[in-house]
Amino acid sequence: MSRRTSDLHLNVHFVADLLFRNVTRFFALLVLLLLAGIMISLFIGSLPAIKKFGFGFIVNSRWNPVTEEFGGLVPILGTIATSAIALLIAVPVSFGIALFLTEMCPGWLRRPLGTGIELLAGIPSIIYGMWGLFVFAPLFRDNAEPWINSHLGTLPLIGVLLRGPPMGIGVLTAGMILSIMVIPFIASVMRDVFEVVPPLLRESAYGLGATTWEVVRNIVLPYTKVGVVGGIMLGLGRALGETMAVTFVIGNAHELNASLLMPGNSIASTLANEFTEAVGTLYTSSLIELGLLLFFITFVVLALAKLLLIRLTRLEGAQF
Amino acid sequence: MVSLPTRRRLVNLASQIGSVLTVCFGLFWLGWILLTLVQYGIPGMNLSLFTQMTPPPGSAGGLLNAIAGSVFLVMLSTLIGTPIGILAGTYMAEYGETGWLSPATRFINDILLSAPSIVIGLFVYEVYVVPSRHFSGLAGSLALGLLVIPVVVRTTENMLKLVPNRFREAAAALGTPQWKIITKITLRASRAGIITGILLAVARISGETAPLLFTALNNQFWSNNINRPMANLPVTIFEYAMSPYRDWHNLAWAGALLITLGVLGLNIVARTFFRQGKPGN
Repeated sequence: MSRRTSDLHLNVHFVADLLFRNVTRFFALLVLLLLAGIMISLFIGSLPAIKKFGFGFIVNSRWNPVTEEFGGLVPILGTIATSAIALLIAVPVSFGIALFLTEMCPGWLRRPLGTGIELLAGIPSIIYGMWGLFVFAPLFRDNAEPWINSHLGTLPLIGVLLRGPPMGIGVLTAGMILSIMVIPFIASVMRDVFEVVPPLLRESAYGLGATTWEVVRNIVLPYTKVGVVGGIMLGLGRALGETMAVTFVIGNAHELNASLLMPGNSIASTLANEFTEAVGTLYTSSLIELGLLLFFITFVVLALAKLLLIRLTRLEGAQF
Repeated sequence: MVSLPTRRRLVNLASQIGSVLTVCFGLFWLGWILLTLVQYGIPGMNLSLFTQMTPPPGSAGGLLNAIAGSVFLVMLSTLIGTPIGILAGTYMAEYGETGWLSPATRFINDILLSAPSIVIGLFVYEVYVVPSRHFSGLAGSLALGLLVIPVVVRTTENMLKLVPNRFREAAAALGTPQWKIITKITLRASRAGIITGILLAVARISGETAPLLFTALNNQFWSNNINRPMANLPVTIFEYAMSPYRDWHNLAWAGALLITLGVLGLNIVARTFFRQGKPGN
């Protein structure tokens, strides 16, 4: 090979390297810009509503397409209520599942069981919605809600939340179906963080005669609490933005109700139901503002979750 | 008064029983949902489902246009999302040791991974549907493609990081330029993992309904123009299930069973594929 062709080769590779590096860099940057793009475009889309209603938007419960008066309080509260119910059920259940998978499960069962729980996460949300509407809601209406009404509805303070006509669909039903949906997400994060605990610590405790529960309570949980909270936040992020499962069963009513048995609305279900039918700039832009709020809230929750999980891995690195 | 050892044993037993019960609780719903799907979906499973178009209420029909539209949308969005995801993931794994870009992208990517899909639909509506003045299959593919990206970015990065550094060093010692090391060695070594990621992404978008509502919309007829609203399975299921007609409900259940089988099947295939083809094996 003459000297000139080998120089040419080097040059070609130099250019190719530079090109390849910058092309991949461009796409990494694109992912970053995507998030900014979503925020900015939604903000621009919601400008007419922001100008018209200002901060009053988030405390106004009226939603009237005819008089063009829009306030987001009902869907915002609905989103918070359904997610809270979902977490209330999903967190203890996920904890139990993670405990079983990491501490008690015989080896041969671990993989199929883990897969089974993860498959629960794979089922499309529209399936949960259909099942909720056609199967779960009627059963819930006929069997559970009358009982909730007569037994829990009479309690002081929380009674007002659980009193109402048994309709099957409503905020409570939506929250329960959401909880089934987020269990796999929270459980798999909890399992992963429980497995981060160094075997040395765990086995020392067992060696001292601690029971399984004592190991979990005094060794595993203190060691992983940051990660556990991170996993819960991840589940919360999922629950806040879940659309189809909620849309089927929440009832889609823009009314402020203390009772969780009554139909309500969440941000995502409002968007799914009304967006394509919305006429007029103000209506559309109010809906986009709801979407912006939803995106912002989930962004904060997910960012916190991520920071907590990063901190857990750092702690792990610092101690061992 | 129970003695301390007894109490400890009881507390432990209670926690273990509770733990087993929660597992049963989780599997109970999975079983119930699958059972319901089979029970309601099987009656609608016949040949006309795959050979006839979606019917008006009251007449017989199938889901042919919806199934074809969904397959097309998923394929197009995978074609859009995968290259972007692989290239971004490659940068993060191969060049991302130093600098701010790689950690920042990783952070944002993980957030996009769980971001509400309906907001992605709104975004595409704002930036594509409004300027082009019509709902379209292309808009639907863009929305789904944006959901593919974070999944592929994450698996690509993780898989590339599993490739032992000695592969890169050996190639570099022979004078191989870096772009060749990446494309011919590290990406090739992590091929199985990356394909797993793509399969999981396809599984995820196949059932997504929310981002299609304001982008691809739906179409009652056969549609092969990507600039027009396009029939697709999830939105058809949504519309039919919400309708008051019994025969539409049956079609919706059949479609639901079809989609679930597809998604769960893809998940299982991806998992077994991954286990066989992990880099380093």
